[in-house]
Amino acid sequence: MTAYWLCFILFLTGLYGVITRRNLVKIAISLSVMEFSCFLFLALTGYREGGVAPIVDVAEPVQTYVDPLPQAMVLTAIVIGLATTAMLMAVIIRIYRKYGTFDIREIKNLRG
Amino acid sequence: MELAISVIAGFMILGAIYAIHARDLLSAVIACGIVGYSLVICFLLLKAPDLAIVQIVVETITLIIMVAVVLDSSREEAYGKFDRRAWITAGTAVAILFALFWFMWMASADLSPLGDDTLRMANAYIDGAVESTGSVNLVTGVVFDFRGYDTLGEATVLVTAVLGVLTILRIRGRKG
Repeated sequence: MTAYWLCFILFLTGLYGVITRRNLVKIAISLSVMEFSCFLFLALTGYREGGVAPIVDVAEPVQTYVDPLPQAMVLTAIVIGLATTAMLMAVIIRIYRKYGTFDIREIKNLRG
Repeated sequence: MELAISVIAGFMILGAIYAIHARDLLSAVIACGIVGYSLVICFLLLKAPDLAIVQIVVETITLIIMVAVVLDSSREEAYGKFDRRAWITAGTAVAILFALFWFMWMASADLSPLGDDTLRMANAYIDGAVESTGSVNLVTGVVFDFRGYDTLGEATVLVTAVLGVLTILRIRGRKG
């Protein structure tokens, strides 16, 4: 249960960063921290005590396997996370080239 | 097992806190790398080798993109004075965090202990998967056979994102 709680605290850390930081790069970092905590939570729900990695040995098939379903979902989510992060960084670098700052308050005050 | 994961999760939290509060953006990005690579170790401990491989590749690419963006800038975290608006934001954040904490407190009663049982859903994917999909790696079987359309959608998202990045970086702004 400790692992679930720490995972949740990691999520809260990322959420705090998203809400309070004013720097766009810091916000992107906080978003990926939240993403990572979700991946960790899903992988934790799939874990089974004494289980082996879900690769079947045909010669000796009767074993306890770790749940493959959350792993497959996290695999999809990781790749989509990369896509969103790359998109976010592209937007951020465009904003920096136009306004010369990462600070969201200054960007809001400037006329664009 | 749970102890090892808890220790690494603690490191991840420390790395995340440092990443949020670092003055230099480059150290913030590298501290984000601590979180990502610790996640790789967690995946290995949780018996998920496929996830560990994908995560280590994706984390490296993300880090390269972020470092490229940060090195292109002045790298300075813009610290204004801690005025009334900053207090309001911080207060809102803490209130939201406490609300979520309370929800987690209520939901934790329904969580089964770590490693106790498999989800009911998974048995359908584990039993007879080798015969029906022909793949000894069950994760591959789920990704490419049982949830093939899901993977197709993922590929679509990836292509769309690449097109979006290319479009955003190629257009010229009104003021250059």
